[in-house]
Amino acid sequence: MTVILEMKGITKTFPGVNALDNVNMTVEQGEIHALVGENGAGKSTLMKVLSGVYPHGDYDGQIFFDGEERRFYSIADSERCGIVIIHQELALIPLLSIAENIFLGNECARGGIMDWNETYRRTQHLLDRVSLNENPRTKVTHLGLGKQQLVEIAKALSKEVKLLILDEPTSSLNEKDSESLLELLMELKRKGIASILISHKLNEITKVADRITVLRDGATVSTLDCHSQEISESDIVRDMVGRALKDQFPPRKPVIGETIFEVRNWTAYHPIHDGRKVVDDVSLHVKAGEIVGIAGLMGAGRTELAMSVFGRSYGSNIGGEVLIHGRPTDVSTVPKAIKAGLCYATEDRKTYGLVLINDIRQNIPLANLKGIANGIVVDNRREREVAQTYRARMSIKSSGIDQKTVNLSGGNQQKVVLSKWLYAEPDILILDEPTRGIDVGAKYEIYTIINDLAAAGKAVIIISSEMPELLGMSDRIYVMNEGRFVGELASGEASQERIMGMILRSGRSVTDHPPTEKTTELDLQYHG
Amino acid sequence: MADTTQTRAQHAQMPAMAYLRTHIREYGILFALIAIMVFFTIATDGILLRPTNLTNLVLQNSYIVIMAVGMLMVIVCGHIDLSVGSVMGFIGALSAVLIVQWGIPYPIAALICLAVGAAIGAAQGYWIAYWRIPSFIVTLAGMLVFKGMMMVLLKGQSVGPFPNEFRALASGFIPDVTGFDGFHMTSMLLGILTAAILVYVSVRSRQKEASFGTPEEPFAFFIGRNAIVTVAIVYLTYLLATSRGLPNVFIVMAVLIAGYSFIARQTTIGRRIYAVGGNKNAAKLSGINAERLTFLTFANMGMLAALAGLVFAARLNMATPKAGETFELDVIAAVFIGGASMAGGVGTVVGAVVGAFIMGVMNNGMSIMGIGIDWQQMIKGLVLLAAVVFDVYNKNKT
Repeated sequence: MTVILEMKGITKTFPGVNALDNVNMTVEQGEIHALVGENGAGKSTLMKVLSGVYPHGDYDGQIFFDGEERRFYSIADSERCGIVIIHQELALIPLLSIAENIFLGNECARGGIMDWNETYRRTQHLLDRVSLNENPRTKVTHLGLGKQQLVEIAKALSKEVKLLILDEPTSSLNEKDSESLLELLMELKRKGIASILISHKLNEITKVADRITVLRDGATVSTLDCHSQEISESDIVRDMVGRALKDQFPPRKPVIGETIFEVRNWTAYHPIHDGRKVVDDVSLHVKAGEIVGIAGLMGAGRTELAMSVFGRSYGSNIGGEVLIHGRPTDVSTVPKAIKAGLCYATEDRKTYGLVLINDIRQNIPLANLKGIANGIVVDNRREREVAQTYRARMSIKSSGIDQKTVNLSGGNQQKVVLSKWLYAEPDILILDEPTRGIDVGAKYEIYTIINDLAAAGKAVIIISSEMPELLGMSDRIYVMNEGRFVGELASGEASQERIMGMILRSGRSVTDHPPTEKTTELDLQYHG
Repeated sequence: MADTTQTRAQHAQMPAMAYLRTHIREYGILFALIAIMVFFTIATDGILLRPTNLTNLVLQNSYIVIMAVGMLMVIVCGHIDLSVGSVMGFIGALSAVLIVQWGIPYPIAALICLAVGAAIGAAQGYWIAYWRIPSFIVTLAGMLVFKGMMMVLLKGQSVGPFPNEFRALASGFIPDVTGFDGFHMTSMLLGILTAAILVYVSVRSRQKEASFGTPEEPFAFFIGRNAIVTVAIVYLTYLLATSRGLPNVFIVMAVLIAGYSFIARQTTIGRRIYAVGGNKNAAKLSGINAERLTFLTFANMGMLAALAGLVFAARLNMATPKAGETFELDVIAAVFIGGASMAGGVGTVVGAVVGAFIMGVMNNGMSIMGIGIDWQQMIKGLVLLAAVVFDVYNKNKT
């Protein structure tokens, strides 16, 4: 095996912070090299150094690629050498076609005039290589996230990539799309293309990685070779957090009371496509002290269900009944829903959860401003006390309550979102993907908070795409597919296989559901 | 967390510098205004600070300041209002028609005008808030519509003059109850009182801060800022008091600035507007009625534009078809010079007012120096660009 990339003694400091401290990493030709670490461990910074986002001279250390020392001053420099990075937030332009996106900035043109035939011919060839069966003229916005990832990879291939860097490629994909993406990586590996895979999903890493580099607090902790020894997830976790995590989920003794939240025959239609039922005759109930999970694939309608119940924040033509403490309750606007004791913590904290330009202190009371005000006048002292209390109680790691939320890590942002909702004092909490993009240690903390809430007699609903999380946390699980509830399992009888089985048996066509159109739909509803 | 402790340590080492770095914008704009005033005082051989000119400066900029306060709210909410100049002109024309042509008593006419202004703002806000039509387009349309309506009202002619009592709104001075000869003691006392109140408020808020942690602002800065503000207010009111005292408009402005500053910083309504401008989606999902707030912000803007229209008409003593032309640009420029962000969610009332006075002092100073309108335009344009570039540069650095 020849070494294609060697990073030696990389040190990068930001004002006051040592982001990377003497990091070493080598990648061999045609291997899949996983890069793991908690949020803030320095993974992204390292990749920014490698791809030239931080130009040479901005950091200490050397980069050898393809046998030569390289000095990258921009992304264009690193791409010219064959290093292509695919970011978590995809960099595709939604209203352009697949072909236009793939050759953006690298157009097939003669003297500035586009050669469309050549563009489409070459795009078709690239799409075949990534096994994406779509017309090159299709606009990217019509593709699900999984397919968009494939377009990104095709784009990378068009640049004759030698080293592909994927930053959390599967974090928003469903299991099936993740599977095919990982297969594609294996396929590229056989063709001799090396890749660096940054991921929080340890099961995927143990499945495909040849070697694993673990970063912690900006330093290399270990490099594990998956072929010479058997690597388990807990080995990786131990290196990541610097301690062994005995249990992924905190222990809990459920104390379950009366039913306090009930939804009957809930139906919602797509806000733009009138005829499309997104939530179809769903009924559910949650008891005090109970944690109920909603399982399902992306696009199953779980977020749509939650948001349509929560003040009709999604959908049109909504029908059905909501009962809180046994009484029919009007939750038709967000203020009414909050007043009735309902809250919904979004899956997308940056877009729907936080005012990122504001600090922690201002974000926490946002859903209950009356609590910090006398009449309409804000009491600064009470506001600060509230913020301090929640910062301590949730152990939000920050320089203080005046830190802007945009500068917090994902886990701490999520804690601010949860604080905001706890301060609104709800009886019923709907938590949508509460641990998405959060590292292992912070996940455990979030789980503890959720357990405490249940212990305090609240009704908790968790929507999650990570099945182990649902299985580990829930007392009961509803399985949702294509807008309908297709099954209900008590914690004892639930397993990944049974849930998947329910989904597969119920599906009219699981394979061609448009998986992530839902994000764009929500956007459209708000912006358009 | 390693990074937090390190930054904290750094803060402890040189708190003043670190504080200045994060708050450079707020101090920067204050220093910019002072620097510009000093520059023009020297360049005009002290004419700038002559009491008569100072009075002029306040009167000339009063309508811009009044509208800048409303525009700040609109821009913080994430929108823009291009129609304010036309609305202001239209209301001026309406007041002339009501008072001069129809003979309606001026207090009633003024109330009607304010109500019409609020209704105009509400009408525009309705499309923006509930139909999600971009504010740029709605108010661009409004700009044309109300300009046209003003021409219809005035039939292409100037209408005037107004009764003296109405004119006093813009060109009158507060009465002197103390009766010193040649010195307006009431104004002086009001100035001192205002300065005292400001110092009292900031001392109290610092004490409050101190009671639950160390105040963020270093002590030297606190003293310096209060000293500058106090000296400036007392000195300027002294200058005005040696002439005819404080103009009525000055009182109107001071009340508006204080009131809206309080609303923006210290009320739940203000909080909600900043949240909507910062992230509309998150605000809505937190139970904030973003539509109604947007609607109200525009209605408020319309009312303030109407007030500005009344002041302007009273000052000119007539309504002219040219009134309000391009004023919207001065108002918007003032707000951005004052540190507001185009994206919404950021900005302060005081910043917008200081921004307006930076533009005003430059206009006034350059006019005294005899610099042509051509050069004035270019210089003002470059100052606006420089202020925003400075903002962005600072943001990227941190």
